[in-house]
Amino acid sequence: MNPWDKSVRSTPSKRSAERPWPKLLTRPTVPMPVVGQERAAAPIATGSEWTMPILEKFDAALIRHAQRNGLVTFPVQYEVITADQMLDLCSTVGMPVHYAHWSFGKHLVSQERGYRKGLSGLAYEIVINTNPSLVYLMETNTLALQVLVMAHAAYGHNAFFRNNYLFQQFTQPDAILDYLKFANGYVLDCEQRYGWREVEKTLDCCHSLSSYGVDRYRKPKSLSARRESERLAERLRFAERHFNPDYAYLFEKPKQAEGSEEAVPFEPQENLLYFIEKRAPKLAPWQRELVRIVRKVAQYFYPQRLTKVANEGAATFWHYTLLHDLYDAGQVDDGFMLEWLSNHSDVVAQPSFDAKHYHGINPYALGFAIYRDIRRICQQPTGEDREWFPQLAGRDWRESIHFAMANFKDESMIEQYLSPKVMREMRLFLLHDDEEDRSVYAVKAIHNDQGYMRVRQSLAAQYRPEFFQPTIVVARDGADHDRALLLQHRVESGRLLDADSASDVLKHAQTLWKFDVVLEEIDAEGNRLKIHRT
Amino acid sequence: MSDLVAPNRYMRIVDRRADPPGRGTVNRERFVRRFKDEIKRAADDEFAKRSIKDVGRGGRITIPGRGLKEPYLHHDDETGDRDFVLPGNREFIPGDTIKRPQGGSGKGGDGDEPGTGEGRDEFGFVLSRDEFLSLFFDDLELPNLERTRFGEVTMERSRRAGYSRDGSPGNLSPAMTVRMSIARRIALRGAINRRLAELEEERAGANPARCIEIDEEFERLVRRRDSLPFLEDVDRRYRSRAPMPAPATRAVMLCLMDVSGSMDEHKKDLAKRFFALLYLFLERKYGQVEVVFVRHTEKAEEVDEQTFFYDPQSGGTLVLPALQLAHQIIEERYTGEQWNVYIAQASDGDCGLDDGRQSANYADEELMPVVRYFAYVDIPSVTGWFVRPSDLWQSYEAIASPAFARRQVRARSDIWPVFRELFARKEATA
Repeated sequence: MNPWDKSVRSTPSKRSAERPWPKLLTRPTVPMPVVGQERAAAPIATGSEWTMPILEKFDAALIRHAQRNGLVTFPVQYEVITADQMLDLCSTVGMPVHYAHWSFGKHLVSQERGYRKGLSGLAYEIVINTNPSLVYLMETNTLALQVLVMAHAAYGHNAFFRNNYLFQQFTQPDAILDYLKFANGYVLDCEQRYGWREVEKTLDCCHSLSSYGVDRYRKPKSLSARRESERLAERLRFAERHFNPDYAYLFEKPKQAEGSEEAVPFEPQENLLYFIEKRAPKLAPWQRELVRIVRKVAQYFYPQRLTKVANEGAATFWHYTLLHDLYDAGQVDDGFMLEWLSNHSDVVAQPSFDAKHYHGINPYALGFAIYRDIRRICQQPTGEDREWFPQLAGRDWRESIHFAMANFKDESMIEQYLSPKVMREMRLFLLHDDEEDRSVYAVKAIHNDQGYMRVRQSLAAQYRPEFFQPTIVVARDGADHDRALLLQHRVESGRLLDADSASDVLKHAQTLWKFDVVLEEIDAEGNRLKIHRT
Repeated sequence: MSDLVAPNRYMRIVDRRADPPGRGTVNRERFVRRFKDEIKRAADDEFAKRSIKDVGRGGRITIPGRGLKEPYLHHDDETGDRDFVLPGNREFIPGDTIKRPQGGSGKGGDGDEPGTGEGRDEFGFVLSRDEFLSLFFDDLELPNLERTRFGEVTMERSRRAGYSRDGSPGNLSPAMTVRMSIARRIALRGAINRRLAELEEERAGANPARCIEIDEEFERLVRRRDSLPFLEDVDRRYRSRAPMPAPATRAVMLCLMDVSGSMDEHKKDLAKRFFALLYLFLERKYGQVEVVFVRHTEKAEEVDEQTFFYDPQSGGTLVLPALQLAHQIIEERYTGEQWNVYIAQASDGDCGLDDGRQSANYADEELMPVVRYFAYVDIPSVTGWFVRPSDLWQSYEAIASPAFARRQVRARSDIWPVFRELFARKEATA
């Protein structure tokens, strides 16, 4: 029995008697996948032991089901690794090559400790957006878990990486590993030439600004390690060949005529690191390269930050679907199903807001619920669905899912697809934290008809990057006499910057800029609310 | 099934489990390098807590989280208005209010912000043994630990060295002897048979006189062949043992410390570091080292480590009883060639001149013959800039044995150089 119902019954009150929602549905309403005609005579494997040939057989089976479901993916390369290697990987945001930095070591030692003490488990899987896609399987996983990981990562995530517009626009899966190898070598080289302290200092500064090293709208130029090396070598050659202090003035850019700067007003720029790389007055060339590396890496990870719910939801939905397909085809047995379902339900568990282990909305749970509901709406629409989702009701569910995977990020997906039913099941409600009264949160809307749109919009807004990351722009060219860099924080609904972290970050920015850095907080009307200086 | 696989698609499973550890180690080193000072401080605290036998092990340490911050810009949750959505509504309808949870903004609904290391006061992690040692000895600028040799002690031990033709009857090897006997008999019998065959051939075409000779020899040889002795002296083989030099394998370290009132915490800490360092050296050399703690005021007693370092005691100082007790312990438990006895004595050297002289005498005559090495560290009281050599220091000048060394230690950074000096001299004279 659901504990919520019990507690409701035990404390009958007037208010709970008029609760506006129907009784919780106890039975899942998503239909099981259609039973296939052909059934295998015996499961591919039973028990929890696995071998490479067994995994290959499972992959062959998964390919078939994935193709039947119309999944388009990059080719896959599985790598079987140990727990220690998994720890290593986790410490470098999953990338098998990365430049060396102490912060990765910090993550490593803290994760290591948690893992050794049994406080935290390890990630089951890591998948990297490369072509071919790298999927890491940990050796300690059981057979059911390995197959779960394969379906989740090698087909779910992989298909998302391949088809989602953000990934197509902002990442180059063909080039990233080569680029990181180049970055690794370059950082090592710099450490040898300029000393590790200097290199670390520069990287620290870049890291603190890395969320602002991203082009959010422009398609970045494609990555290529070879081109980067060539560019550097060419620049060095040119400098060596042509440098002569007597004639240096010949190569200086012609000064612009007075007043022409007035003619072209400075446009605010959002890519801070790009601006610093190009315009910082006194940065050494190798430091500019480091800035560039950090912003390229940040750019590569940018889509992942925008698609947590959509990406994890798709992967979870597809492992759920593909593994059920395996079951329907008689390729796995009941024990296998029970085992991965148990893991699956841990992954998609959503503790309620007042539970002890509540850590925000679980992207797996929300994403999975949304995708699963898209399928339900397509296959078994209710009147409510026809009203809200006329474009989905009765359509081919595979097409609709692929469309949802390809064309949305978290914000827009929630805005488009969060159905009243999912909202009821997750019991979402909207709170307002007002500056006037900090002692309480006011409940603004709940999952009823009147509240639906409002909760949905607010939840979508919660996944806007501006919600969790203040908007900062470079507001003035630092070319005037004091060469100060002017940054502006575009304040939304009165939310100011945390002063301590702002002053730390400004110090880092100043280290790169080498002159004063000023950060103004400006509201929508252009009033200056606060000013931070280094 | 395989024909369904698209032709351009390939699938590979690569086993990476045997790959050498890579980036993790690199990044870890960088982390330790960067926070060396903090980690060292934490390691020092850890050192104070540990038994000297455990100093060399890895372990968990905690460093303050301040320097670990990787700052990033984020909103101050105390400002502005904010709408956020939470799951799991059970009882609220619009218009209700929820009390803000205590402990600030933890329930903000923004669970996955980057840089989770920030704001934590402490950061704990586990250091490996090697990291721990290199940190612990960093103050001491430890050069190559392996190459330092001191007090190299060997004893003769006989080892099996095959078989020899002579030896004491007790070492006779019957199996080998019988084997030699069989070999001898086969060899002789073969030689005789060959000779018999020759004689038989010769007899066929020989004159009668020669025939008689041949017959006689033939008979003699047959007799001899049939009565070959089962054992002869030449068959005897003895298990042979040859003396080989072998390092003595067991070591005991006696820590002697003055715990009279004048030995304050600082001095005890220095002494503990010295003992721990000696222990590590000996452990590397011998594998297992027994440690005996003898503390003394005006009387000496054997105690456990905790009591040794941390039990406060007051009283006067007499060194001699401690040396006598040490001698008695050695006599009772650690006699014999296989024991390498090391004595490390730490004291502020505050004793009567008479006691000093007697102690020096006793050490020179009774102790030095039975120990490998006797190291005395003098931790003088620092009063102003003038440091007077302590009484015991002066008295010990009389000890002439090359296996005795004394040094003065004032600060932690002195310990390693002193240690090196102590054993370098030994190496030079050895």
